Amino acid sequence: MSNKVIHALYNDDDVLLHAVKETRDAHHHIEEVYTPFPVHGLDKAMGLKPTRLAICAFIYGLIGLSFGTFMMYYIMIVDWPQDIGGKPSFSFIQNMPSFVPIMFEMTVLFAAHLMVLTFFMRSKLWPFKKAENPDVRTTDDHFLMEVALNTDEESAIEFFKNTGAVEVKVIEKQL
Amino acid sequence: MYTFSKNLKTFAIVLMVLGLVGIAYGFFSAPKDIAEVKQILTEQAHHDGGEHHVTAADHSVADSADHDHHAEHVYGQLKNKPWTALYVGCIFVMLVSVGILVFYAINNAASAGWSPVLFRVMEGLSAYVLPGSIIFFVILVVSVMGGNHLFIWADPAVVEADHLIAGKSGYLNVPFFLIRAVIYLAGWNFYRMYARKQSLALDASGDLTYYKKIFKASAAFLVFFIVTESMASWDWIMSIDTHWYSTLFGWYVFASFFVTAITVIAFVTLYLKNKGYLEYVNTSHIHDLAKFMFGLSIFWTYLWFSQFMLQWYSNIPEEVTYFIFRIQEYNLPFFGMLVLNFLLPLLLLINTDFKRLTWIVVMAGTCIIAGHYIDFFMMIAPGTVGGSWFIGVPEIASLMFFIGLFIYVGFSAIAKAPLLAKNNPLIEESKHFHY
Repeated sequence: MSNKVIHALYNDDDVLLHAVKETRDAHHHIEEVYTPFPVHGLDKAMGLKPTRLAICAFIYGLIGLSFGTFMMYYIMIVDWPQDIGGKPSFSFIQNMPSFVPIMFEMTVLFAAHLMVLTFFMRSKLWPFKKAENPDVRTTDDHFLMEVALNTDEESAIEFFKNTGAVEVKVIEKQL
Repeated sequence: MYTFSKNLKTFAIVLMVLGLVGIAYGFFSAPKDIAEVKQILTEQAHHDGGEHHVTAADHSVADSADHDHHAEHVYGQLKNKPWTALYVGCIFVMLVSVGILVFYAINNAASAGWSPVLFRVMEGLSAYVLPGSIIFFVILVVSVMGGNHLFIWADPAVVEADHLIAGKSGYLNVPFFLIRAVIYLAGWNFYRMYARKQSLALDASGDLTYYKKIFKASAAFLVFFIVTESMASWDWIMSIDTHWYSTLFGWYVFASFFVTAITVIAFVTLYLKNKGYLEYVNTSHIHDLAKFMFGLSIFWTYLWFSQFMLQWYSNIPEEVTYFIFRIQEYNLPFFGMLVLNFLLPLLLLINTDFKRLTWIVVMAGTCIIAGHYIDFFMMIAPGTVGGSWFIGVPEIASLMFFIGLFIYVGFSAIAKAPLLAKNNPLIEESKHFHY
């Protein structure tokens, strides 16, 4: 099977959005779109599923809250319940207000950092990662749509020229 | 153009009539003299007899003078009870309508692009500021002129015996108190009338100078408001607990009625949208209001906790009695309102999809409104009725009366102008607002 793809380059985000819609209507499979900045509505036009990152963050927050609560409970109430400045350490609830700042910060810390780490892992980003950039211009002022080639080359090139592409290339993709 | 529906008008009038009957019942059923209070106390003692015997044994030296003193104390509280019910309902609904006005001013001063389709709803509902503040001012005058005992500093006999209050009399004295109240209320009412007038003139003429006038007036009003609101919260609420003080109290009161005000805007918007009057309001507008409800609920909790925790932590006797008394005598409402004002809105409104669902917004909003009424009750009642509190007929009736009046005045004002401010320069953006 051929692993050829089409790279269609655009120089305007509105043209790109139109092209994405036309491409989907023509039942071409969009592999990837490279843009220099977030294009509002691109994910909807491409039909991408909404992210579940917020749900992750909520769960991480709950984990952080439990961790903070348990830590303060164990240290201050169970392990060594000292009288520090007259604060009541007979039970958790009695001294609870003074633990709230820590519980709150733990919730935020866990939610924020674990969510960021999840984002890095899911989007496969780490230091020394080889950049997957098909065309250097896509980091500056060009937009690139990569489409699987499943018809003959000639008509596909014609189709993408018509969507307003400034440049259409057929690339043999290295697997 | 909205027409005030007959059903809603009847509903508002029924609320007002039932409310008035309940308020009258509250005043009628308050004890007339100390003998009656003594009888109530004896009955109570018979009800929880066992407990009473223990206390009686503890106070074996207690003589009849002590009993008289106690009965007099309870008599004062029970006499204050119908007044407190009236006062809490009145100040709560009035400040909510002021909060709606403030939200309107903020949106104007910030040139918000999403909210102009809701401006007429806010303008209409804030019409209650005028009748609300007149009734409130009358209650204030009656209170400080000796009609009741809500403000102990207004009683010369108390001030004479209490050097702490006497030391504050430079600020807390009846003439200055009333002059301040007039300044705050007149300032707020003036802005409301001015902005409404310019808004209608803008609609009629399309002349943008009216828009600029609203913008400038809103910015000036917000400056005036934040100073007067802070002072008003000292005057009308904090001075009830005359021995106590807290520096962030003004913000705390503001957060409480502001979040309720936004909830009320959301409720009325949903109601009018449901009746088909708000063509251009979409779920994104509701989503934005719900975000404000969510964020400000958390802001209120932050202030509540900051105020509570700082005083609990340092445990200075002159400050902490305020909270000790509330925890001992008002335990359920004091902590229960945290569930209503923080936990339930947090869990219900954290989800983006939920913020677009009418029934979720209504559920969370109901919690917020009920919770903040309890919050106002918690700020005022412990200082006036002490341990003799109960949220019963007089309290609910007072709330019903003022809510009925709020609906009547608010919806009458909404019916007086088209629901879309058509010449506002941001109205096109607002119509197509999409989040």
